[in-house]
Amino acid sequence: MKHADVIVVGAGPAGIAAATAAARHGRSVLLVDDNPGAGGQIWRGGIENFDKAGEKRDDPAKTKALKGLVSSGATLLSGFRVFDAPGPSELRAIGETSEGTEVVTLRYDRLILATGARERFLPFPGWTLPGVFGAGGLQALVKGGFAVEGKRVVVAGSGPLLLAVAAHLHEYKASIACIAEQATTSQLAPFASSLLSYPSKVWQGISYRATLYKTPYRTGSWPISAMPNEATGLLKSVQLTNGNKTWQEPCDMLACGFHLVPNTELASLLNCKLQVGFVAVDEQQRTSVENVYCAGEPTGIAGLDAALIQGEIAGLVSAGQSASHLHSRNLAERRFGARLEAAFRLRPELRLLPALETIVCRCEDVTYEDLAARSSWTDAKLQTRCGMGPCQGRICGPATQTLFGWTPKSVRPPLFPVPVSAFCVHDSQQTVSEEIA
Amino acid sequence: MPESITVLVNGMPVQMQAGSIVSAALLKAGEPCRLSVTAEPRTALCGMGICFECRATVNGVRHRRTCQMICCDGMVVESDR
Repeated sequence: MKHADVIVVGAGPAGIAAATAAARHGRSVLLVDDNPGAGGQIWRGGIENFDKAGEKRDDPAKTKALKGLVSSGATLLSGFRVFDAPGPSELRAIGETSEGTEVVTLRYDRLILATGARERFLPFPGWTLPGVFGAGGLQALVKGGFAVEGKRVVVAGSGPLLLAVAAHLHEYKASIACIAEQATTSQLAPFASSLLSYPSKVWQGISYRATLYKTPYRTGSWPISAMPNEATGLLKSVQLTNGNKTWQEPCDMLACGFHLVPNTELASLLNCKLQVGFVAVDEQQRTSVENVYCAGEPTGIAGLDAALIQGEIAGLVSAGQSASHLHSRNLAERRFGARLEAAFRLRPELRLLPALETIVCRCEDVTYEDLAARSSWTDAKLQTRCGMGPCQGRICGPATQTLFGWTPKSVRPPLFPVPVSAFCVHDSQQTVSEEIA
Repeated sequence: MPESITVLVNGMPVQMQAGSIVSAALLKAGEPCRLSVTAEPRTALCGMGICFECRATVNGVRHRRTCQMICCDGMVVESDR
């Protein structure tokens, strides 16, 4: 068993900012994260990135945040995933190493949820082919050592992440065939102009555009199918459309995601109130549950700056400090998030992408045809096993929400598949059985 | 410059830069991670431990999410075939 005054779940920018702020004010802080290292997705570590001169390249903002975290005295527990909240002020987490699994109970006085977001995936014919990745997914794999040099990549879907991913892949010497953004130019225009009121974001945008100045950015365009090479079964091309015209884009890989959805499963398990799919918080990042705070993307998709400010607010407030000096900046970032949502609103045509035989639930291979006859998420689960595989509906849930308007209900432990023995043993150092429950 | 390590993917030695994730080694080897319930080959999708498409057997332990696991020298990775 481990106890800390403040436990923070998720070591992305929001979690790092929260842990650092709370620890600097004398609280014992434990920061838990399921990845091998701190940084979350946007500051994901991985293979060392060397520039042409052989020097290591680092993101200065990430370096500063990680140094701050280390000097704050907060403890980082990497590679552990929270799967249950069995009692008041108590979590259970499981760590997986190449040797086996370890289960630990975590007790807190205050809890800060900084569980981030994931990509929204929408099914279309061919989206399960090898060679089709999430947009952020491919970026993460490249950071993890997957070489894309000389590969031709189509980046498609929606959201500012597409630009960041394309710029990153270009840096790793992939050839970007095009970026297909489903939002229209007129939808994006007010957003582009609103960037001017956020200087750091403008600079980021300009540096992406500079990297990608030769890459076509096709707004109002989206993928309708991914085609395999009949002989090899590997991805051969992507069919794109702008609603009037349809064309083939030959490629080795498709990086495709439709903006982001929040990770609210742990918040739901703790009975935190959700509002239109996001964790409801007040200006001090307090959720509806006493002593539980939430920061960053689960409270609204608003990006890095919002995550850092909200994390700091949650950390300060959980340590009994005032954070009122940060409230106006937080409000501005939330307004930015609202503009983001409007700009990248999904077009209705995306609901018509799946063919009858297109798989919607990848864990259980449930097709669109199987689901079209069902009346609700619960009905679909009971009759087809949609959403009942290992991802527990994290991928097909948001997809069926877009396709059919279904709302996934009731989160229950375990939040992720764990070995049955994770429920039988107390805190353990010993290796337990590897079978998924 | 970066150190290189070797992992075995379905018996084939694959050279990876130190710090690489196991999913990247499977992709480099051109091996799918798993076969779906209707026997479709699948590779990593989300890259962040959410989608479970990257599950494979690592050092004899089944159902490892290979996108959240760092390669070690001599690691034995087996996927559905």
